[in-house]
Amino acid sequence: MHPAPSIIAFTTLSGLGFGLMVWLGIGMPGSTGIVAFVFFAIAYALAGGGLIASAFHLGHPERGLLAFTQWRSSWLSREAICAVATLAVMAAYAIGRVFLATDWVPLGWLGAALALGTVFTTSMIYAQMKTVPRWRSPLTPALFLCLSLGGGALLAGQVSWALILLPLAGILQLAWWWQGDRAFAASGTTMASATGLGGIGSVRAFEPPHTGPNYLLREMVHVVGRKHAVKLRAIAFVFGYVLPVALLLLPFAHVFGLLAVISHVAGILASRWLFFAEAEHVVGLYYGKR
Amino acid sequence: MTTLPDRTERKLGLVIDLDTCVGCHACVVSCKGWNTQNYGAPLSDQDPYGADPSGTFLNRVHSYEVQPEAGAAQLVHFPKSCLHCDNAPCVTVCPTGASYKRREDGIVLVNEDACIGCGLCAWACPYGAREMDMAAKVMKKCTLCVDRIYNDNLPEVDRVPACVRTCPSNARHFGDLSDPDSDVSQLVAARGGMDLMPEQGTAPVNKYLPPRPKDRLDQTGDIDVLAPFLAPVTDQPKGFLGWLDKALDRL
Repeated sequence: MHPAPSIIAFTTLSGLGFGLMVWLGIGMPGSTGIVAFVFFAIAYALAGGGLIASAFHLGHPERGLLAFTQWRSSWLSREAICAVATLAVMAAYAIGRVFLATDWVPLGWLGAALALGTVFTTSMIYAQMKTVPRWRSPLTPALFLCLSLGGGALLAGQVSWALILLPLAGILQLAWWWQGDRAFAASGTTMASATGLGGIGSVRAFEPPHTGPNYLLREMVHVVGRKHAVKLRAIAFVFGYVLPVALLLLPFAHVFGLLAVISHVAGILASRWLFFAEAEHVVGLYYGKR
Repeated sequence: MTTLPDRTERKLGLVIDLDTCVGCHACVVSCKGWNTQNYGAPLSDQDPYGADPSGTFLNRVHSYEVQPEAGAAQLVHFPKSCLHCDNAPCVTVCPTGASYKRREDGIVLVNEDACIGCGLCAWACPYGAREMDMAAKVMKKCTLCVDRIYNDNLPEVDRVPACVRTCPSNARHFGDLSDPDSDVSQLVAARGGMDLMPEQGTAPVNKYLPPRPKDRLDQTGDIDVLAPFLAPVTDQPKGFLGWLDKALDRL
């Protein structure tokens, strides 16, 4: 799949932002006034910024309101509703914490639940895709949720939780890579089933339908950059998981916390780039490609 | 509404004969022509006469080489367009309700005025049947020529999809696949029509007829009844070539 920078930025940044909102919503930290303002501003900048980045991916963002209508069947529609509901509920909750120094606990917990729901619906957009076997796994929502909570704990200064959740997310990441590398073969979709010609003999793509590129090849059959997949996995794992945990284990200093956040975001961006670049869509089989 | 209808009254679709398709791409051209000038946004091209041409097509013809365990390889031309699946994954993922499957005839369509161009339906389709138009920024797909098949202004013979009407080798057939007595259903039954990627669970309406077994000229003894008459009359070169042949032999 084509690793669109807008989608990579959206899923990484908004995942972090909504993760931070979960911790803020349940009162960890339960700060008020200007400190709470800074926390909420960071959460909104990440979550809202991610949402704006994702709008650049649309051909017609001016029709975006229609995306709130199809929650019965569409995970993307559910995500849009969850995201806007989270931002609205958390805004009301933030007013209490920042300006009135009061903690409206039920509202905070509702906001936290909606924020988790947003991350879950985002992950299900990918996990539902039968056409991309690497994504179609319960490990996909598990990884997204754990990453969001772990990264959120890192931003919220919940060191003890971050030290549990980030290693857990790292284990999930390794498991996700391990099962992803086997998923396409396990899906049973091959050139033989794609063409129905397997009963005659072995099928080879002889001539493509077009000599140039097209939307399908650009969007779904992105093979450039898989060359460095192993190196990028190492970079993603070290920067996204190992280094932040190591920095948190050092004696506490704000500069280590900041470095841990920067390292984590860089690592997760690399991991998210691979999430798309390594994902093989079955339509590639019609072109004899993966 | 992007939930699928629980049932459709008819299942209009195509039956594509991989045995008779000659790979001429006439269906590709006629599809592009009709659907650029009629229903919905035109099918645009980008840089059509430049170094990197690309464009939107609703129907494309692949060619495959199939190598049996013994004998000669076989070339199969393979037209591919929307299969108007009963269990269309492209419809249910649509966040805006732009994609829908019609209850009355099972055709999968896009309401281009409601499409936000997110591209998720193209991800959900295993067949590559949907292509985003780079000029209109909306998703395009085969409409089964919905503006031809019900069009009373056209002569009756033309009320079939443009690809079917134009096919010079009769490799494309159009009809109601829910009616077991229809011509297309009988063709599917007689020739063992098949689904593409059945494991994807899309329940496609369009069917493909597999190529018939090829003659095996290398294994039949009675094929060369004319062979005696076709034997070479001479196998010795004459004139200059004959001299050259002998001269080279002597060397």
